[in-house]
Amino acid sequence: MNYYNQFKANTQLKLSPFFERTSKLNESQEWRRWSGYLSATNYDLTHENEYFAIRTKAALLDISPLKKYLVEGPDALNLLDRLVTRNIKICKVGQVMYTPWCDENGKVIDDGTVQRLSENRYRITSAEPNLDWINHVATGMKVKIIDDSESTAALAIQGPNSREILNSISEISLNGLKFFSLMDTNFNGMPVSISRTGYTGDLGYEIWMKPENALSIWDLLLEKGNAFGITPTGLHALDISRIEAGLILLDVDYISSRHAIIESRKSSPFELGLGWAVKMKKNNFIGRNALKKELDRGPEWEFVGIEIEWSDLENHYRNVGLAPVLPSTAWRTSTPLFFNSEQIGYATSGTWSPILKKYIALAHVKSEYSKKGTMLDFEIKIEHFKKTTTAQIVNTPFFNPERKRSCPA
Amino acid sequence: MSRLKNYDAIVIGGGHNGLTAAAYLGRAGKKVLVLERRHILGGAAVTEEVFPGFKFSVCSYVVSLMKANVIRELMLPKFGLEILPLESTFTPLENDYLLRTADSDQTYREIARHSLRDAEAYTRFGPLMGQIGMAVRPILETIAPNAIKPSLSDLFNSKKLLDHIKTLTTQQFEYLTKLMTMSSADFLDEWFEFEPLKATMSASGIIGTFMGPRSPGSAYVMLHHYMGDIDGAFRAWGFQRGGTGEVSMAIARSAEHFGVDIKTEASVMNVIIKNNKAVGVALENGDEYHSDIVISGLDPKQSFLNLINENELPSEFVKDINNFRIRGSSGKVNLALDGLPDFTCLPGDGHHLRGAISISPSYDHLENAYDDAKYGNFSRKPFMDVILPSVLDPEMAPPGKHVMSCFVQYAPYNISGGWNDEKREAFGDTVVDTLANYAPNIKDIILHRQVLTPADLESTFGLTEGNIFHGELTIQQLFSLRPAVRWADYTTPIRNYYQCGSGTHPGGGITGSPGEMAAKKILGML
Repeated sequence: MNYYNQFKANTQLKLSPFFERTSKLNESQEWRRWSGYLSATNYDLTHENEYFAIRTKAALLDISPLKKYLVEGPDALNLLDRLVTRNIKICKVGQVMYTPWCDENGKVIDDGTVQRLSENRYRITSAEPNLDWINHVATGMKVKIIDDSESTAALAIQGPNSREILNSISEISLNGLKFFSLMDTNFNGMPVSISRTGYTGDLGYEIWMKPENALSIWDLLLEKGNAFGITPTGLHALDISRIEAGLILLDVDYISSRHAIIESRKSSPFELGLGWAVKMKKNNFIGRNALKKELDRGPEWEFVGIEIEWSDLENHYRNVGLAPVLPSTAWRTSTPLFFNSEQIGYATSGTWSPILKKYIALAHVKSEYSKKGTMLDFEIKIEHFKKTTTAQIVNTPFFNPERKRSCPA
Repeated sequence: MSRLKNYDAIVIGGGHNGLTAAAYLGRAGKKVLVLERRHILGGAAVTEEVFPGFKFSVCSYVVSLMKANVIRELMLPKFGLEILPLESTFTPLENDYLLRTADSDQTYREIARHSLRDAEAYTRFGPLMGQIGMAVRPILETIAPNAIKPSLSDLFNSKKLLDHIKTLTTQQFEYLTKLMTMSSADFLDEWFEFEPLKATMSASGIIGTFMGPRSPGSAYVMLHHYMGDIDGAFRAWGFQRGGTGEVSMAIARSAEHFGVDIKTEASVMNVIIKNNKAVGVALENGDEYHSDIVISGLDPKQSFLNLINENELPSEFVKDINNFRIRGSSGKVNLALDGLPDFTCLPGDGHHLRGAISISPSYDHLENAYDDAKYGNFSRKPFMDVILPSVLDPEMAPPGKHVMSCFVQYAPYNISGGWNDEKREAFGDTVVDTLANYAPNIKDIILHRQVLTPADLESTFGLTEGNIFHGELTIQQLFSLRPAVRWADYTTPIRNYYQCGSGTHPGGGITGSPGEMAAKKILGML
């Protein structure tokens, strides 16, 4: 590694290239593990300011623990097109695609983005290590696969002011950079590549850089972003915003088929609300045959958004003499969903949405109960006793601001 | 000669399986007597203060396979079972090391230093082996059917097993077949690339067996070790507080709680047989005890060729027992230390000393070690599985001092020219020299040294040829063939004479399983 980390923490976990800074800013000293890295849960004692930075200002997140792979060579396109469910042939240089990828049985292994860096060069991001699988798929192809996880550091800057902050630093203006596009530029001579992507469902960017520039770029962003309310932000705030955006999380909303152990734990893209990302018309890709069959008979499960209805919830609390108690952070405990007393699904993550003022969750439900507007019963505990309260299936994303996709005129 | 009071059952040998069988019989209301030759209970699972202040799990040194229902039914936690986790496996190398711990992130990181692909594959390997273990478990937990003359319950059990096998997924079936037939090296080559990782994992496929990692069949032995189960967690090895002898003592206390009589320094000379029926035992001191049934916890060679006159047995059976492979392949070196070993590749007294230390840098290291043994020598550079019990349980040694347990392979029982004092010391020197390659301070901190060759394991613990499993865990002597066809259900050709040692299904390790299942079989027949 080229960067020099002066901070000496007594930990067996990995430290990101930004840890020198984040460790000193984290006033709560609350950390979570993310891919074996120490990652800030919240920098303040509560996450609220960080959440609102995402929605009203600009949040700065260290996303270096993401797994990153570079794929290069004459067969790079063939490899990616075989690996993922989306049509990579139409992915232009400078474009980014979000996509899941599956095993031979059409069950999702992971989901992430594919960045086309140049004609024959791509970067894949993923939640879990995928080197073994990508190599397996690449058997016999003329490609080089490089684990870029530690050779590239990454920051996400998310929120309505993020463009202005980057414009004040970047040599090239970001005004023309469209949603899911990628550009190369530099900050004070330090080369970076910027994608208009993120995990918050808001206007936002992800900055990819060499680890040795990590601290200088962090400092520059904080300095220039100060006037725009830039706020170092942790995973609690991110979790709330990604649920509002209806974005799934591996190991929370689904389990990788590589680790699922039993069949019933696995999910197809259709069962995760990712049917739109499966391009059946393209040439053979891994899992296509199985997915074709599944499409013909219809998927068993659907992934939906639910809204837990206020009045029923309030009544439950009123009955025990309490004002409604809402989750203060996003939860990720599997929670049963019933229809006429029969369990027909389960919610995997949920949160009170501070921007929508709604209690929302992401859930797996059997297909026949997945129609928008269906009323279900959501299990809750009121003063240690199990109850159910009404929840309605609604559209996702729950929150989808115009600015996420728009460009300045 | 004096004739003493009658018992429902007499168990020969106070090893952990004999005690388990006795406890189960006592629990069912039977009047049981356990006779142990030595002054101390436990057989190979024994703790002894070999040097003043230094306690050793002299022979068997870790626990992982103890059956959950035995623990529960015999109330072993109440009687002293306390198993401390071994936190890691540390493989020192020339200028580097491999460390695997209980934490998946840390293990990923450590393996990724050597191979990113292996780090990834490793996260899938453990759960898969757990699945395979789950597939095999019902087989291990079934009394092996009599393959020649199955009884009604044998047929019922066989049907249940077949039904179980039908529920296996194709993946489970594929891997089960591979594990039953392949060498551990070939099997692991399909998964991993970093040699020290593969070699260390393959080592569990050779322990207690006269095979190398490239010998077909060693993969099954590896699986056998993967089925370690503490608190339901697969592959969790642990160390019994006070040494493995305390496991035996916990079972003994449970047995006594259920009314079992236990006598030490009571060496059985032979089983008394009348009209092809066991009626009691005769001790070397001339005492005789009579009972309805006699159960031997000794290995098959001892049980049938030593305690019984061969003429009492069918000749085919005698042939099978003669052919039963029980080749000793390992020795044990126990060291009393003035301090902790300091490894060149990872200095200090960190987490890596709280688990197993494996001297297994490569397949070649293990295979060369095997080659030496094949031709009648102990390994010049042996494989070693080392633990420092006093790091986990300070009461094993005086304050500030330590005990080190080195399981060493290979040391063939049939060494050229036979074992003698000189060879024993040379073997001990080799072990210390091998350790000193990785932890040079070891020679300066040794206060005492106990070296046990396979010949010593035989003479001290009664393990024929010093084989720690009462016979190798190879496919041709498992399940319905352990120890011999037709006599794998704990019965023997002699009426009222039963067997319950590790030489019966499902085999060796501190499991309590042969003892438990033998007792259940006997209770079903009484």
